[in-house]
Amino acid sequence: MSDITKNSLTDLVGLIKKKEVKSEEITNAYINNINKGKKLNSYITESFDFALSKAKSFDKKPNFKCLLPGIPLAVKDLFCTNGVRTTAGSKMLENFVPNYESTVTSNLWSEGAFLLGKLNCDEYAMGSSNETSFFGNVINPVKENTVPGGSSGGSASALAANLTPATIGTDTGGSIRQPASFTGTVGLKPTYGLCSRWGIVAFASSLDQAGPMTKTVSDCALMLEAMSSFDLKDSTSIDKKKENYSKNLSKNIKGLKIGIPKEYRVDGMPNEIEELWEKGKFFLKEEGAEIIDISLPHTEYALPTYYIVAPAEASSNLARYDGVKYGFRSTKGSNLIEMYENTRSEGFGDEVKRRILIGTYVLSSGYYDAYYLKAQKVRQLIKNDFDSAFNKVDAILTPSTPSAAFKIGEKKDDPISMYLNDIFTVPTNLAGIPAMSVPAGIDKNNLPLGLQLIGKPLGEQTLLNLALSIESKTNLKQNLTKWWEK
Amino acid sequence: MSLDKSKYIIQGGKNKWEVVIGLEVHAQVSSNSKLFSGSSTKFGAEPNTQVSLVDSAFPGMLPVINEYCVQQAVKTGLGLNAKINSYSVFDRKNYFYADLPQGYQISQFKNPIVGEGEIILDLPSGSKKVGIERLHLEQDAGKSIHDLDPINTFVDLNRSGIALMEIVSKPDLRSPEEVNVYVKKLRSIMRYLGTCDGNMQEGSLRADVNVSVRKEGDTKLGTRCEIKNVNSIKFMQMAIDYEAKRQVELLESGKSIDQETRLFDIKKNETRSMRSKEDAHDYRYFSDPDLLPLNLDKSLIEKIKKELPELPDQKKERFIKNYSLSPYEANVLVSEREVATYFEEVIKTADKKLATNWIIGDLFASLNEKNISISESPIKAKDMASLINAISSGLISGRAAKEVFEIMKETGAEPVKIIDEKNLKQKSDPKELEKIIETVLKSNQDKVEQYKSGKDKLFGFFVGQVMKLSCGTANPQLVNDILKKKFK
Repeated sequence: MSDITKNSLTDLVGLIKKKEVKSEEITNAYINNINKGKKLNSYITESFDFALSKAKSFDKKPNFKCLLPGIPLAVKDLFCTNGVRTTAGSKMLENFVPNYESTVTSNLWSEGAFLLGKLNCDEYAMGSSNETSFFGNVINPVKENTVPGGSSGGSASALAANLTPATIGTDTGGSIRQPASFTGTVGLKPTYGLCSRWGIVAFASSLDQAGPMTKTVSDCALMLEAMSSFDLKDSTSIDKKKENYSKNLSKNIKGLKIGIPKEYRVDGMPNEIEELWEKGKFFLKEEGAEIIDISLPHTEYALPTYYIVAPAEASSNLARYDGVKYGFRSTKGSNLIEMYENTRSEGFGDEVKRRILIGTYVLSSGYYDAYYLKAQKVRQLIKNDFDSAFNKVDAILTPSTPSAAFKIGEKKDDPISMYLNDIFTVPTNLAGIPAMSVPAGIDKNNLPLGLQLIGKPLGEQTLLNLALSIESKTNLKQNLTKWWEK
Repeated sequence: MSLDKSKYIIQGGKNKWEVVIGLEVHAQVSSNSKLFSGSSTKFGAEPNTQVSLVDSAFPGMLPVINEYCVQQAVKTGLGLNAKINSYSVFDRKNYFYADLPQGYQISQFKNPIVGEGEIILDLPSGSKKVGIERLHLEQDAGKSIHDLDPINTFVDLNRSGIALMEIVSKPDLRSPEEVNVYVKKLRSIMRYLGTCDGNMQEGSLRADVNVSVRKEGDTKLGTRCEIKNVNSIKFMQMAIDYEAKRQVELLESGKSIDQETRLFDIKKNETRSMRSKEDAHDYRYFSDPDLLPLNLDKSLIEKIKKELPELPDQKKERFIKNYSLSPYEANVLVSEREVATYFEEVIKTADKKLATNWIIGDLFASLNEKNISISESPIKAKDMASLINAISSGLISGRAAKEVFEIMKETGAEPVKIIDEKNLKQKSDPKELEKIIETVLKSNQDKVEQYKSGKDKLFGFFVGQVMKLSCGTANPQLVNDILKKKFK
């Protein structure tokens, strides 16, 4: 049999259901890939023994009625997994083993999947290149010395290199979509509240949202269906019936109105991305969609707004990592305050410290009104922009990122240029609306480029259908050389 | 420095000073589970046995509001005649401490659940309205225990996350005595409502006390100091006393008051600076993104309003009107809901006046002596009623009643049984009494002569002798009548 791991998730499920392949075979194939793919540094923790025992017991007594029967899955190391250490890419949680399971991963396991391992990510999901992880940077399998994007960089890298059949990430300002775009994979950030945040290490609570990262749009629909649910344990969870995204997946996009926001045409954007965008418009038009020029006038304020709101919430969310109850505690210091200072100085990396400082600053009395309060107001204006746009259109098409994947170390010491990477992705987090990145082309260096589709609240099905059209039109087949196995 | 007690005006060397006090009472909400988690709130459990993942702030944990606590806060607000805010917001108050696992307390800052209200105090000088500024819901912190080990501090998180109502008064209080009456009244209202048990020993009711002074007649408020976390009314009063005098001394010597947070040292009976305004925490309040704003349905507020019990002020009015009690008596009887219920149970069958006197007098004295509440009283309401009925029907004398009461309070026995066993029934048969009187007169011939020659005072002596001989069972009224007839 040819390499089983080259299959899409949907195909794997089909093979299992047709009993053409056993869960144990699949699991072993991925374990084999993971063992050969250490160079990518996409895994922080492997749970092979657990996965194999789960695979064996599935094969003994298979249940084909669920969505992900006998499928091994690795997840971003931001999801708390019962009995398996959860690090958030930080020294602070290097040895932290939760005794509880996040709602999202629980949902996956109850659909028949099981944990293959925990994937590297930027520390506390703060980063756009997966260079801030305490466990080292992750490499993009697309090209040597290239970043996979972030913060779900381990997830994107593992997925693109077939070290997991599908995965999940979290997206606070683009952390699913940007790495998906950089690795030629599909990534979806759902409507805020569609997937429960319970059991996910928090970065910025009002922006964080878990979502699927997959090789194909069909896989994306399947994973979203499996992971989303209303959760009483998350007060911001949306109380709605589960959607059947896979069944309703259709290329029929006839008559859909697609908005093209002029504000996303930024200075210095490579021509290739401009062309990609044109190509996307052309594809959708060909399928019967209507292209409409729109304006989202407050777009230019989205990034500064995001870099006030997200650090503010993070500075508070990360206060719990103080060395008192769990996680890392410095042995230095002779009193409580010194213990705090040393624990947090030694336990957090530079980027996390930078954001805690920014967040603390913008919430401080005397600065609160000028920064945090102002940012909240602008956030509302950004939301309003989308609301009025969606009076005219069903979805919005933009590039996912202003550039293709960059070189490792290229932007590491320039936070501003790093932050600019999120320029197209952050507005949707601020507005709480769904958006996804779908592979749409390659640049002159053969690096993948993605297009972003932005939808109405709970408009995931429309996004998936549009993405399916683009996917079938572009007909990209990523064929990586497995250079990392050498 | 001297003090005019009736008005609590401090006479300094130069001026007369008025004291201005405002209280921030922290009342623990009566509820089985915590404000944002399902953990038990039971007092006195082994340390760290009532702690959920939420209470100990594990990664990825999220708060979920306890609806019952919200209802309790609304109920309390209604009991304080306060405005209920249909929209309120939970905020994070950020600071680091070992017993604050999240690194922030979830509280309500800008938009509290309850707005302005008032409490009416009954003072010797008449009634006084004290304004309520606001009531908000917040989480309690855990407990740091510093005295179990010479080096280490231990943390108990059982209390972490328990719901508190912070009830902020306006600066309307003027003396330690007013503070006493205010706290007692607030406690009484919450106990009537069942929203806080008011148990100060267990820390269910604590207060931050804001104290400032100003020259008598001034209308501008002076600079205040906040005395943190005082857990008994007595200590609140002592702290105010000390703090007011300290401030007067400073001002009269030409110094100024620093706005600061102070601690009350019980052992030394003094307040001490804890942190100055410059060192004050910057709590970096912002609305908690894990929780949606609280939107209360009008219908819920109406429903709670309808279910409100009769509150102390209303009950007092009714007692005065229906039972002809004095305001003082009514006040005493309604201060605890259980006392009022007991009283009304007794007067279902017994005389109101006697019941009032016996309950406020002997019963309260016996409860105080044993340091128990009326619900733990060995004398049940129905027995109290039959004791009173025995008196008013003339079955026993007042004196015998005291004896019966003494036995009741020890044994809890029924008064009728005690009267039978001790043979305390009043002798009201004139023939029988006449025999005893004859005996007394015969054995005191000399006194009889003296009485007849004008020594009127001896009448009491004869009554006393009759009572003595009858072991206190003679009906004193009848003895009087017969003696008078004999001497005619």
